[in-house]
Amino acid sequence: MVQYLTLAAILFSIGLFGVITRRNTIGILMSLELMFNAANINLVTFNKFIAPETLTGQMFAIFVVVVAAAEATVGLAIVLLVYRNWRGISTDNFSILKW
Amino acid sequence: MNLQLPEYSLQVMSPEIFLFVWALLVITFDLITKRKSGTAVGYMTMLGLALTGAFLFQAGYGRGFGMMFFNDPMAIFFKVIFLGAAFMAVGSTFGITEKRIVNHRGEFYGLILMSTVGMMFLASSQELLSLYIGLELTTIPLYVLVSFFKDDKKSVESGIKYLIVGALSSALLIYGISFLYGLSGTTEINQMTINIAITHIQNETLGVALLMPIMLLLAGIGFKLALPPFHQWAPDVYEGAPTPIAAFLSVGSKAAGIVAFSKIMVMGLEVFHSPVMAPNDWGMMVALMAAGAMVWGNIAAIRQTNIKRMLAFSSIAQAGYIMVGMLAMNEYGQSSVGFYMFVYMFANMGAFAIVTIVEDQTGSCEISTFSGLSKSSPFFSAAMAIFMLSLAGIPPLAGFFAKYYVFAAAIAHAGQNNTTGWLYWLVGIGLLTTVFALYYYANIIKVSYFGKEASPFKLKAPLPAVIIIVIGLLGVFGFGLYPEPIIDFASNLSDYFKR
Repeated sequence: MVQYLTLAAILFSIGLFGVITRRNTIGILMSLELMFNAANINLVTFNKFIAPETLTGQMFAIFVVVVAAAEATVGLAIVLLVYRNWRGISTDNFSILKW
Repeated sequence: MNLQLPEYSLQVMSPEIFLFVWALLVITFDLITKRKSGTAVGYMTMLGLALTGAFLFQAGYGRGFGMMFFNDPMAIFFKVIFLGAAFMAVGSTFGITEKRIVNHRGEFYGLILMSTVGMMFLASSQELLSLYIGLELTTIPLYVLVSFFKDDKKSVESGIKYLIVGALSSALLIYGISFLYGLSGTTEINQMTINIAITHIQNETLGVALLMPIMLLLAGIGFKLALPPFHQWAPDVYEGAPTPIAAFLSVGSKAAGIVAFSKIMVMGLEVFHSPVMAPNDWGMMVALMAAGAMVWGNIAAIRQTNIKRMLAFSSIAQAGYIMVGMLAMNEYGQSSVGFYMFVYMFANMGAFAIVTIVEDQTGSCEISTFSGLSKSSPFFSAAMAIFMLSLAGIPPLAGFFAKYYVFAAAIAHAGQNNTTGWLYWLVGIGLLTTVFALYYYANIIKVSYFGKEASPFKLKAPLPAVIIIVIGLLGVFGFGLYPEPIIDFASNLSDYFKR
């Protein structure tokens, strides 16, 4: 169990690091997917080792996959809008709104 | 491994199903009229929300689908707030849809309704899975709505910022939820509480193990509520988003975050609130976040020149006041939070409705455009002044009673438990920052009433927007002078603590 949780923690950390440091918007979306998948691995692992008599964790993981897919779809659509407006998808473009 | 389906009851879920079908109807209606539906589609949306409100009381209390869907008084109360916020947001969109989104009215209104459905599911969830799905159903349509002005760089920029921050917060939340599931072996919140308490008694190390999920959950929900240090997205998003959507974000989405907080932290992890559970005492962390929200929100609002940014910082500060009530773990706490949110809805939606009108006719959201508005359009500037005074918490208006109940609940709790003396400090900070708040709220009144010459703009509003402003005024005055009915309704929210 510890191996799986460690794998999930490493994935989560890579994802978080990517979200913070990436300059490319699609890179940020990919890193976010890593974070969701880390949670999925956690859920399935806990289902197997903590509560094997029910399927709750696996069900939960499937729902998270669906949600992550929906979020990625909307995200890519907005990235497309960004590309149309700035002709580029770097986060350096976003400097209109600040105080 | 046995898989049993929980009992099936669509009756309690009927308002949500109805509203979802109505959302599809709205989109279809716009399509079959070949995008020429005009204002009809907006009125249709408002009708749908009103009918759902009627359905809500017909559906009543009860549960369905195991613990997945549970209509307790709290769920009904917050559903009323969500429907009210959506109704008032839709009412103030008419000016925008006439000019800027002529070709996508159906999607615009349909997505507002779908987001409302998500909030309603969230309010009814008593279980981590449906809670998470409800939260996502709420936010995903909002990403689209925030970036709805496709050719406006501001709107798209705020959309991508909201998307990245929102998705990050939901990733943090789901990672935290996965640990809660791992520590308790269940996703039902009531059962989870019991299991965690039992494991805690058997095994002391759980105390440290629970620290990580608590912090992840606080970060995730903190992003949704825009509590410092997770608040930086709010002003940018509010400034760039279409104004009615900013209003919907500041009331509907915030209320959804409050429900999520109340379900997971207050009901689920209540025992870990006390300082006895030293490493994972989440009460102290939330207190720091609330203090930060009240101080930073109010101070940063003073130097804003754009009214939408100012209202964004004001809503950050209001979230801080709400959290003070949330930290009062007694029979008044949840009721005061509910009452605060209800009153805040009227004042904030009304203020945003006026900002929408001003932006629509002058093309600017700078506070300086309000200069001299009292002479050219006395009704709107008077209404704006009243909403500002209610947000600031001036006595005869409802905002004062909201703040009073929140602080009273916190003081009552601090009086009962000698371990939570820091609540006095929190209330002190709250009272002090209310004075700062008065400065920037009164600034709007000053600008519009004591500007040198009359404003060149004479505001004309579409009829629904005027109705929304009148509803806001009635709410602010009515619940200020006669708050009993809503307090009676809200007093059921704390049933959890009376058990």
